[in-house]
Amino acid sequence: MTIADHDMSSTAVESATTESRRARFLRRFRRQGWAIGALVFLVIVAISAIFAPWVAPHDPLSQSLTDSFAGPGSEYWLGADRLGRDTLSRLIFGARYSLLAAAQAVLVATVLGVPIGVIAGLARGKIDAVASLVADAVLSIPAIVLALAIIGVLRPNLTNAMIAIGIVYAPRLFRVVRSAAISVREETYIDAARASGVGMLTIARTHVIPNVLSPLLVQISLALGFAVLAEAGISFLGLGVQPPDASWGVILGQGTVKLEEQPLLILFPGAAILLTVLAFNVLGDGLNDSLGREIRRE
Amino acid sequence: MSSHASSAVDPVLQIEDLAVEFITEHGWLTVVDGVSFEVGRGETVGLIGESGCGKSVTAMAVLGLIEQRSGRVSRGCIRLDGRDLLALDSREMREIRGRKVAMVFQEPMTSIDPAFTVGNQMVEVLRRHLPMSRSQARQRSVELLDRVGITDPHRRIDSFPHELSGGMRQRVLIAMALSCEPDLLIADEPTTALDVTVQAQVLDLLAGLQAEMGMAVLLVTHDLGVVSETCERVIVMYAGEIVETASTDELFARPLHPYTAAMLASLPGLHPDEPLDPIPGIVPPRHALPPGCWFEPRCEHAIELCGSGHPTLVAVGGRSARCLRADDLRLPGVGS
Amino acid sequence: MLRLAARRLLKVIPLLLLVSFISFGLLNLVPGDPAVQIAGEFATEEQIEDIRAGLGLDRPWPVRYASWLGDAVRGDFGVSLFSKVSVATQIWDRLPATLSLIGLSLAISALIGVPAGTFAGWREGTVLDRFLTMGTTVGVAVPVFVAAPVLILIFGIKLDWLPATGYVPITANPIDWARSLMLPAIALALTGAAEIARQTRAGVIDVKKQDFVRTAHANGLATWQVLGKHTLKNAMIPVITVIGLQIGRLFGLSVLIEQIFNIPGLGSRLIAAVFENDVPFIQGTVLILGTVIVLVNAAVDISYGYFNPRVRAAA
Repeated sequence: MTIADHDMSSTAVESATTESRRARFLRRFRRQGWAIGALVFLVIVAISAIFAPWVAPHDPLSQSLTDSFAGPGSEYWLGADRLGRDTLSRLIFGARYSLLAAAQAVLVATVLGVPIGVIAGLARGKIDAVASLVADAVLSIPAIVLALAIIGVLRPNLTNAMIAIGIVYAPRLFRVVRSAAISVREETYIDAARASGVGMLTIARTHVIPNVLSPLLVQISLALGFAVLAEAGISFLGLGVQPPDASWGVILGQGTVKLEEQPLLILFPGAAILLTVLAFNVLGDGLNDSLGREIRRE
Repeated sequence: MSSHASSAVDPVLQIEDLAVEFITEHGWLTVVDGVSFEVGRGETVGLIGESGCGKSVTAMAVLGLIEQRSGRVSRGCIRLDGRDLLALDSREMREIRGRKVAMVFQEPMTSIDPAFTVGNQMVEVLRRHLPMSRSQARQRSVELLDRVGITDPHRRIDSFPHELSGGMRQRVLIAMALSCEPDLLIADEPTTALDVTVQAQVLDLLAGLQAEMGMAVLLVTHDLGVVSETCERVIVMYAGEIVETASTDELFARPLHPYTAAMLASLPGLHPDEPLDPIPGIVPPRHALPPGCWFEPRCEHAIELCGSGHPTLVAVGGRSARCLRADDLRLPGVGS
Repeated sequence: MLRLAARRLLKVIPLLLLVSFISFGLLNLVPGDPAVQIAGEFATEEQIEDIRAGLGLDRPWPVRYASWLGDAVRGDFGVSLFSKVSVATQIWDRLPATLSLIGLSLAISALIGVPAGTFAGWREGTVLDRFLTMGTTVGVAVPVFVAAPVLILIFGIKLDWLPATGYVPITANPIDWARSLMLPAIALALTGAAEIARQTRAGVIDVKKQDFVRTAHANGLATWQVLGKHTLKNAMIPVITVIGLQIGRLFGLSVLIEQIFNIPGLGSRLIAAVFENDVPFIQGTVLILGTVIVLVNAAVDISYGYFNPRVRAAA
């Protein structure tokens, strides 16, 4: 058997198992009622964020002092803030910042954590020891404190805040990817591939990455939840999105200042953050339950 | 019942028509069905069968621990010293367990709490059931450890379980079970996890303690060798039912049920040069029992009739067997 | 036990060095010339030089790191960029408020989480278990900066039971101290309580299937003995990890809580430092908190020995 034959047959086997794995995953995932609900919710939030100018009933920035602190009603479904801005419209536009910021942060975390995790898991030895120690050290520093420190050094703005959150979360992704890479490394077919002269890079691409994807998917869902939360916290403190732009955290922060006049101003952005974070967590758990057993078995 | 081979002269434990069910993916499945037997004071009775035959479940039912494992007793009666155990509520049952009926389990390695010392756990059991001060209970624990053959009990009492060998842990568990001098001791595969020399020591210990305390012992095991050394009577279970009861001597000399005979034939050590002869096939799963005799698919003596009607347990001269051919088969025993 | 402790503490050293290196390296994240960047656009040349000297930027970084670390080990973290007040003094002044907030909050989360989780695990599958499990799922996701305003609104403003904001030092008045910390501590404790409850539930469910629990039942022990003694002590082993992990998180979240409740702790000072670009203070805080967490984690691992005699033996 030539190497080309070997490659073709292994690819064929690979795609066959991927297919059945996907079918099994879908069958299991379909039974996860809560996770599906969470996914639907997130899709709705994302679509309204993308089409915000068409979905939102008002201009989120248009002020009307006569409507200051208006309660929910036919004009303002969720009421209005001190400047008479429509809360629902602000939340819909705020979703753009919150979700985009979260995606940025997770992208940073993925770019930092995943390649290093794959390398450390495959190479083991000193590279792994050093990378793991660095990850442990980063994880020793409380996430928010480290994020604030990075922002403090870089200057407070949304992009820097998301870089900071990405750096803080990277070791978590690193750990998951690393342990997945290690377990793949222990498999016999890796030895076989290496024996037949396949390079480490090819092994990483053809064997490790596909096997790392499932746990990574779970982690990314959880990471998005974390990032939405962290962005909200940082913007709440005034260190992220700068007004008049407003993410959910900014809206919540502004509501907190006027807590006594209109409690609803914290309730709705608070609910938006809570539900979104919860949805990412529930989705992550659902994915984990649908994927989990295969990961352990294979 | 009195003429039945499963009855005893001075019964401590009386089980009548016991049925136990568990919830499974196939719904409620009966795992023990129509089991009746007695164990008398000072008597050792062996309850024997392959794993999954319901012998351990029967033992757990006596202790009232079925509910903990999402099962239920669906029928029957369990009496200890004439008292109906199934009528007791859980608080009353907790006072019986450890005091009137005690149990020694198969896994000595995992059956003692790793987080507490041996003495701590023994004192706890003693003081739970008997009016004792802490120091009295500790003194009694040392005596018990000494009695079960643990050397240097004054030091061992402060050991953690992981500091003891498997054999020593089983001795500790026996000491714990016997600490309140129960009327009935149930020993579920007490020697299976131990190596051979320790097995014999533990069996001797149990026999000695029984002679001394005069309690009834129900020995649950899959090992006929253990039964032949310790039991006066034997109850053989298969697929949740009793298939044969007899005195140990009679059973070994002349088994009436082909299943018993097959188990005897698979005993190691009788013909050391010959390979072991395990019973072919598997116990039928509870949701797919054959229509006739449940052993029929594996039975080398089966005739056509065995596949149609489920046989009842029939008394045959002071013993009983659940086999249509109990009278006409001449099954080989183990000559003593 | 001592050997276990010694071995674990040895692993702490490289971690602490790395934490210090990260704290030190923060300065190098500053884009361009740190002195120019930090001084801001309207700074004079003199101010920039001043900052450059203050940060020691005129020397190569390994030299700077060595002297910075040497000073830090002796408790000298330099001075704040603009106020010139010693960073160490500021940290020690602010630490008591933060520590009392975290301590109280940890106690509250354990007092809620452990019983709730134990009950849910023991009565697994009952309506109450499902209710508690759902509560903890939501509880884990409730952000402190949402919980805090809600608590302030209900208990501080509408009911007026507790002070809405502010902090009274314990030395001034212990009762007012406790009252002033109650709302922030509860807000901070919610997530931790939910997390601890989840882990306790999982631990109890796992342990109650163990053979030794069956033995405890077979020996007729009372429910409180089986549950409260044998099940709980063994189930607590993983919970200790969670509680340990909580401490790190609490230090992080307390930043938000201190800001919301106007508590003069380390966190609210850190936020001010972030706005002011006060790099020395930021570095000192990261180093101190990172060190505290590394040591807490080591202490948690060592405390395993108490809960799990087998670990003690393995060392």
